[in-house]
Amino acid sequence: MTISAERPVDVVAGAPSLPVSKVSWTQRPGWVSQHLGTAVVMGFLGYVFGHWLGNYIASGYTYVQNTGQNNIADTLALAFMVLGWLLGIGALNYPLLKIVGREPAEEEIPIKHWSRFFRFSLDHKVVGLQYVVGVLLFMFTGGLLAMAVRAELLSPTFHLFSADTYIKIVSEHGTVMMMMATSIIVGPLGNYFVPLMIGARRMAFPRIEAFSFWIFTAGYMVIFAALPYGGFPTGWTGYAPLQTQAGPGMIGYLLGFAVIGTGMIASGFNIGVTIINYRAPGLTWNRIPVFVWSILATASLLTLATPVLFVGGFLGLLDKTVQTAFYVNEHGGSAYLWQNLFWFFGHPEVYIMALPGFGIAGELLPVFTRKPLFAYKVSAAGMMGVALLSFFVWQHHLFQSGINPDMRPLFMLTTELISIPTGFIYLVGLGTMYKAKIRFRLPMMFVMALFFNFLIGGVTGVFLSDVPVNVTVHGGFFVLAHFHYTIMGGLLFAFMAGLYYWLPKMTGRMMNEKIGKWHFWTMFIFFNLTFFPMFFIGLLGQPRRVFEYASNLQGLNDFASISAFLLGVSFIIFAFNLAWSMWINPVKAPANPWDSLGLEWQTASPVPHDNFERIPVIMTDPYRYGEPDAPAFADLGVAVGSNSHEA
Amino acid sequence: MFWTAWAILSVVGDIVVWVFVGPHTPPGALTETAKSDQFDFNVLLMFAVPVLIGVWMWLAFAIRFWNVKRGGPDPVGGEAARNNKVAQVSWIGITSFVVLFLAGFGTWALVVDHGSGGGEGPNPVWSPAGAVKAETAAATGNSSWKVGEPLVVQVIAQQWRFTYRYPQFGGFESQQINIPAHTTIVFNVTSLDVIHDFWAYQLGVKADANPGINNVAYTETKGTGSFVVRCAELCGIWHGGMFNYGKVLSQSAFQNWASSTEAANAQNTKFLPAFSWTYYPSANGAGGGYYPAGNLTPYSPSETYGSATPAS
Ligand code: HEM
Ligand SMILES: [Cu+2]
Ligand SMILES: [Cu+2]
Repeated sequence: MTISAERPVDVVAGAPSLPVSKVSWTQRPGWVSQHLGTAVVMGFLGYVFGHWLGNYIASGYTYVQNTGQNNIADTLALAFMVLGWLLGIGALNYPLLKIVGREPAEEEIPIKHWSRFFRFSLDHKVVGLQYVVGVLLFMFTGGLLAMAVRAELLSPTFHLFSADTYIKIVSEHGTVMMMMATSIIVGPLGNYFVPLMIGARRMAFPRIEAFSFWIFTAGYMVIFAALPYGGFPTGWTGYAPLQTQAGPGMIGYLLGFAVIGTGMIASGFNIGVTIINYRAPGLTWNRIPVFVWSILATASLLTLATPVLFVGGFLGLLDKTVQTAFYVNEHGGSAYLWQNLFWFFGHPEVYIMALPGFGIAGELLPVFTRKPLFAYKVSAAGMMGVALLSFFVWQHHLFQSGINPDMRPLFMLTTELISIPTGFIYLVGLGTMYKAKIRFRLPMMFVMALFFNFLIGGVTGVFLSDVPVNVTVHGGFFVLAHFHYTIMGGLLFAFMAGLYYWLPKMTGRMMNEKIGKWHFWTMFIFFNLTFFPMFFIGLLGQPRRVFEYASNLQGLNDFASISAFLLGVSFIIFAFNLAWSMWINPVKAPANPWDSLGLEWQTASPVPHDNFERIPVIMTDPYRYGEPDAPAFADLGVAVGSNSHEA
Repeated sequence: MFWTAWAILSVVGDIVVWVFVGPHTPPGALTETAKSDQFDFNVLLMFAVPVLIGVWMWLAFAIRFWNVKRGGPDPVGGEAARNNKVAQVSWIGITSFVVLFLAGFGTWALVVDHGSGGGEGPNPVWSPAGAVKAETAAATGNSSWKVGEPLVVQVIAQQWRFTYRYPQFGGFESQQINIPAHTTIVFNVTSLDVIHDFWAYQLGVKADANPGINNVAYTETKGTGSFVVRCAELCGIWHGGMFNYGKVLSQSAFQNWASSTEAANAQNTKFLPAFSWTYYPSANGAGGGYYPAGNLTPYSPSETYGSATPAS
């Protein structure tokens, strides 16, 4: 038996208990309670207070002499804004009450009203949907910035933006997108579906889960606060000493990553613990769905790699505010230190942005091929292997830097070794398709596209890891094309597959298939037309992050730009489809629209507050497609026919 | 059927790519380094083409034949559909073999080609004959270059331009870069402010310029020609404008250019800091006249800096 999902009731009967609060302010209905509005107010007050405090304790302590620019005030303002935001939404009620010796109100009444989506909710399903909106917000703002980047690159010499504005747009685009990509699947789909797929009633730490979402939104505000602060010129990699030299916008970057990083650690920790401890009885390690494997692998990376980023950002903030010199060569620090810290996090990060996509592909394939997943154990081993190896490759980003040059063969080897477990995913995918009867519904089309795109991303990754070839391609558009192929072509396509597949469960409404097809084809075609030419642009010598380029490359650049605008249109089609299918013309989803055997589809729709009437007992392997006599995956303990989703 | 088609297409694809694409892959063949980087690139292409063809064919097959529209019996589940020892073992075996081979090959290329033109830090382990000797001599500030010996060039990056010092020619500093044909070149790359990257595309050279650090990269020139230098590491606002052009001259043309520039610049050179592997920025620093100090203006305007580059 696994640990029960109930929280332990009383420890010792008759023991004195702490005074209990009567009301849960986060779940109190009506305006007089804690919700987005109070968070905004408190965030604003926090900002004002932090700014005042910074000026009070450190006025005149400016980074650049006589500019009146007080980085301490700017930093504290944003830090207190985050604190105020968290206080306002109620994320800190529980620990604060505990500290002052009171027992927080326990049995909160779960609000049924739509306003629950604007509150600190302990229901993993509400958090999942909140995350959907959150990541889409990130994605669309980041996408707008991408349009600006491509617009500037239409001409090698005529400039829409100043060189200064341009580099800040590129930096903001990259950073926002990377922040979004850390959570795009784990946040919405991981939080929503992991408990359902492992037969749990909730996450292990619902408060930490809700906290991770609300601090994610705070991170969004901080990274965008960089723009009114003047932006930052370093790209998403934030290299020192440029970092040290940059203006106060850099604070938005450093603090933004620290804030987002806190959320990443929290959510990775919570999800990892949940998967390990909250599996339903019978759900042994060789029975958990591959999506859960991928989320587990991702969660371990989130928990283990992100602290390094946090520390790196923190040291950078110290350099900028109290003028330490961690990254300043002249004063005993080292600019290499940042590069090491950043990429020690940064490479696991790129697998944080790949593994959940593999998980979705593996999860959806059996459903749409009507076959069991091929080589299940290999796929689990592949994902865990990737996660482990990803900690040993970070210096492949620094082949030309002069750090540790003698170690280049080692890092070339480890990097290329990663393509072995990554290749497992293709073994699994192609093996499952073999002689199947594939149903080309929308989610499956996105999965096929993922296999197509990620292949290009992966093969070019081997080129990058080869040191002699790296001499030519490092720092150029080849890299840019490579990682857009893996992140956008892989992760974002997987996210779309997941949305089309699971939104019916999450919202009870089907996504429109016709508009969806338009969305798919425009996204697939224009994604490839945008990024494939960039390999050539890079091979022909165009470095990344430049506002001017050789005039003979204008043709290719214009082609990429125009395709990029059309790619932007495909996202508008997607947004339209969302609006159309969810609100304008909703069509009720059947209980199990894809004939899936997955546990998440067996519970009632809409999912009851506690997910399952009784904790299910897992009877067999997942994915027993093609075996009509196979027992059901789980025994839900409910008499046949009384299943509430029929009603 | 599938595998035969794959084998034929792969062989044909590889031949076509090798013959028609290979000669044009970057970074070209202006130097020995570039040539061997290009060879590496093409070897990787030889592996990439069959992989791409195989997976694409498989996907096309799936779409065409393993499609529900084609009817037929439902696929059967069970152990046979879940596992296939031969497929799994051979997949893992083949990918492991390819990967290990490529890592070995890359290492071999890196070592025999003396770091393949990449930045090798201050104390390179793989250096061409004579390079270390030339460097040690250059560091004293009074060595000179003879045809056939390695040429030492110092690349000094700063926001937002490159300048070049030639320690074997009195340590003059120029905004032009010219190097002799059929010669081993030792680039010593450093920076005065943030991290830049010296990328001489056609030479097959790329090395980060770190403040306070000497990053060494080698190349061996062949015939004459010209090349572009671009900064390949984001260094702030004008990163996109940080480029210039250089030439590989015949040895005698180079000798002439360098000696006459040395003479023409002698009065400026004497105000420069003594030649060293790294510099800290100062108003009077090694910045090629970019930040002239006060009323002491020892530098000529950039247009007339150095002698005119000969045609080749
Ligand atoms: C509409 C889709 C997109 C387009 C057209 C686009 C285009 C671009 C372009 C042109 C650049 C770099 C320009 C340069 O370096 O000179 C760039 C940089 C970048 N993009 Fe995107 N992008 C898109 C979506 C994404 C997505 C979905 C992600 C990640 C999830 C992403 C992550 C990045 C990152 C990390 C950088 C690097 C920024 C840096 O140099 O620090 N992009 N993008
Ligand atoms: Cu990496
Ligand atoms: Cu630069």
